[in-house]
Amino acid sequence: MSYIPISKKDEKEMLAILGISSLGGLFRSIPDELKIKHDLSLPGPLSEFELGRHMEEMAARNDFGGFLSFLGGGAYEHFIPAVVDQLGSRNEFVTPYTPYQPEVSQGTLQIAFEFQTLICQLAGLDIANASLYDGSTGAAEAVLMAQRINGRSKVLVSRAVHPQYRQVISTYIKNVGLQMIEIPYGSDGRTDHQAAAASIDDDVAAILIQSPNYFGTVEDIASFSDLAHGRSALSIVAVAEGLALGLLEAPGRLGADVVVGEGQSFGMPVSFGGPYLGFMASKKEFMRQLPGRVAGETVDVEGKRGYVLTLATREQHIRREKATSNICTNQALCAVRAAIYLETLGAKGLTEMAFQNAQKAAYAADALGAVPGVKRKFAAGVFNEFVLEFPKSWSDVDAALKKKGILGGIGLGRDYPELANCSLICVTEMKTKQDIDKLALAVHEVLS
Amino acid sequence: MINQIREPLIFEISDPGKRAFSLPPLDVPEKEGLLAGVATRSEVAGFPEVSEPELVRHFTRLSQLNYCVDLGFYPLGSCTMKYNPKINEKVAALPSYASSHPEAAEDLIQGNLEVLKRLEDYLCEITGLKAFTLQPAAGAHGELTGMMMIRAALEARGRARKYVLIPDSAHGTNPSSAHICGYEVKEIKSNQKGTIDPETLEKEMNEDVAALMVTNPNTLGVFETDIRRLAEIVHAGGGLVYMDGANMNALAGVVRPADLGIDVLHLNLHKTFSTPHGGGGPGGGPVGVTGELEPFLPMPVVVEKDGKFRLDFDRPLSIGRVRAYFGNFGVSVKALCYILSLGPKGVRGMAEYAVLNSNYVRKMLEGVYHLKYETPTLHECVFSDKYQKEFGVSNLDIAKRLIDYGVHPPTMSFPLIVHGALMTEPTETESKRELDKFIEAMKAIDREARENPELLKSAPHVSYVRRLDEVRAAKNAVLRWEKK
Repeated sequence: MSYIPISKKDEKEMLAILGISSLGGLFRSIPDELKIKHDLSLPGPLSEFELGRHMEEMAARNDFGGFLSFLGGGAYEHFIPAVVDQLGSRNEFVTPYTPYQPEVSQGTLQIAFEFQTLICQLAGLDIANASLYDGSTGAAEAVLMAQRINGRSKVLVSRAVHPQYRQVISTYIKNVGLQMIEIPYGSDGRTDHQAAAASIDDDVAAILIQSPNYFGTVEDIASFSDLAHGRSALSIVAVAEGLALGLLEAPGRLGADVVVGEGQSFGMPVSFGGPYLGFMASKKEFMRQLPGRVAGETVDVEGKRGYVLTLATREQHIRREKATSNICTNQALCAVRAAIYLETLGAKGLTEMAFQNAQKAAYAADALGAVPGVKRKFAAGVFNEFVLEFPKSWSDVDAALKKKGILGGIGLGRDYPELANCSLICVTEMKTKQDIDKLALAVHEVLS
Repeated sequence: MINQIREPLIFEISDPGKRAFSLPPLDVPEKEGLLAGVATRSEVAGFPEVSEPELVRHFTRLSQLNYCVDLGFYPLGSCTMKYNPKINEKVAALPSYASSHPEAAEDLIQGNLEVLKRLEDYLCEITGLKAFTLQPAAGAHGELTGMMMIRAALEARGRARKYVLIPDSAHGTNPSSAHICGYEVKEIKSNQKGTIDPETLEKEMNEDVAALMVTNPNTLGVFETDIRRLAEIVHAGGGLVYMDGANMNALAGVVRPADLGIDVLHLNLHKTFSTPHGGGGPGGGPVGVTGELEPFLPMPVVVEKDGKFRLDFDRPLSIGRVRAYFGNFGVSVKALCYILSLGPKGVRGMAEYAVLNSNYVRKMLEGVYHLKYETPTLHECVFSDKYQKEFGVSNLDIAKRLIDYGVHPPTMSFPLIVHGALMTEPTETESKRELDKFIEAMKAIDREARENPELLKSAPHVSYVRRLDEVRAAKNAVLRWEKK
């Protein structure tokens, strides 16, 4: 299939105007010895029909669909109202570039402004950017931002932060003179406050915790904010399950200076890990250190309200190596979807959905906790995920559950060797009571 | 466009009690005292409350305030605003792809891993490089990843070195990405052809230089004819060569970067490989490397053996992860579709027609608009406002007036080495009719500049908003709605 709208007649005319006899002549500025002499070895061309069939066959080699899945851990299956797909796939949102010409980009820009407002309201903070790549890179950007703000050399990161977020932070900070110190989690599944207190000193730029953390446990944000502020360090709160913000108090109101997170739950399908949506909010005083694109309100020459990309002096195209971040293209369309999603759910709907997640997870935790041999690993309150400990290795339990058509959670042994018998189980509003009962029964059968 | 209707912010049309969403009743017994002792909220203060019809109208109206490539010509230089095939959207949304969880066991996601592996394979074939990672989410993210690998490879050789050489025509992300990798940036001046002189490079190259970052064709649309010599100089001095592949649309099927001496490069799937730009992402910034750098790729790496795919986490030299999971997977699906649709001749064809269209536009506007460099160009060319400046008209005025003609303006004021730049990249998916309309508009605007410059200085005239006050936006930053 070709998408080229130049007819042979046009081609001939255009070449004649250029004084060239063939398309190959267009590349005369490239030395011949640098050109390839053969066709590339690629399959195709495929017609649309063939392509569709080919890709469907490849998709069919995934064997995921038939399973009842309780996987979460940073990627969540939530209900997506039809308006999100319908409006979010409009070509006017899908096919423009970054809004460099604001007069013909007011749709994208106004939605970015609404998105920033929604994120501020969720985070309980003053300002937000127009998106980052995802939660993991967002967490890394937050750490770099803290270093820019106070120039310090260490960052305390809870071990209950998503393992892949920590890996990304570790990759990002390797060459910028920052050291990451991991703070252990305590027996209740929350970050060990005493250990953090013992590790903090005047070289610490920020404390980064995640709430709900990777174990699903809700952290005591205020206590870590106080600890950070006592040393003039920043309190950063990462959120991997954005929906939790519908039910839990805004981190900004609990002292967080920066809230950064993953917005996949706001209308993005799980899609094997991407495209997702990083978001970041902060206190106003850090505005000039915020990474990424930001939309701002202004007026046109007639005084009509409009929106533009603003605070460009932070950015790479003006400041080059002194920019607050190298980010350019972000996840704008995902932010559009998130704005549609959050505005559809509205003030009450997001909270109701979050409430159902918490209730169903609690029901599941009780039902599974009642299975002989199974115990809740951590006692602290959770949102929609929790950790179970089994009397044998999780991989055995997992394999047996798979035979029953169930994906019973994420094994924790790979990232937490001490939790080899544990699994992280996620229950969203998509799971019915029947689904949960089925899981509990299956676990019972597997263990007995 | 219904330009007369002002679309309010959603918050301004919110009415308490309205709903656009409903949930089934909770089907488990409600537990009292859940999250006791944890600070919670009963609603998100400030969130809007609207009905579904109002919501749909809001976003539909907002959509109509956007210009987009499906609406018309979008010659934004270095952005490769080509047509985005619709079948690719449909494929990426197939439930088997879109509903698959990134933590599912390998045996359940063989199709996904095959998508990743095939795309990596085809990108290797197109660039001549040994291996690719699809983890980076956009071009700048790819630059960062590539430069981290360069640093790791040099450390493995003994010393990371101190400087990265970047030409003055480079995109701003290049120096910014190098900086995050702990390098200092040294700028290389372009010569009067707009390219890098081997002699200049030779003078700058020394044992403290880690790498040269080069965009090829560069941001003027000019092929770096001495590229092989440049690479030899860097390699002889013990450094590595990074190529910013943002402009690969000019070369695919014609030149393979590996044959030029490139060690590392990133591609932009949302440019060359037609995945839609989405108003600023999601994109894809895969990074390709030579065999020497392969051990440093981000982990995990997809491995194929006997028709089975698995994820290799045992990568002791890996720079680590640069993003959770596997990058923007849905974008990778679309890019794979595009390559399969085009096939080998189609991939070369996209470069050929992109260069044909660009050269045609250049030829037709030469003399009307100033070209600082006479060097032959490939997929884009950079005009300037030098002739129109005599009448007090700037590139900004020309760009804004183009909006009145129903065309998206070219990239403005970049590259920095051309004053008053209008960087124009038509891409291969424009018809001659569309190009001629643009050429006529540009000529008409030149006439207007001479006869009635005020018309340009006050443009645009017919858009939803007129020229916006960007200084005010930055000075008095209002970044969110607040209840009055």
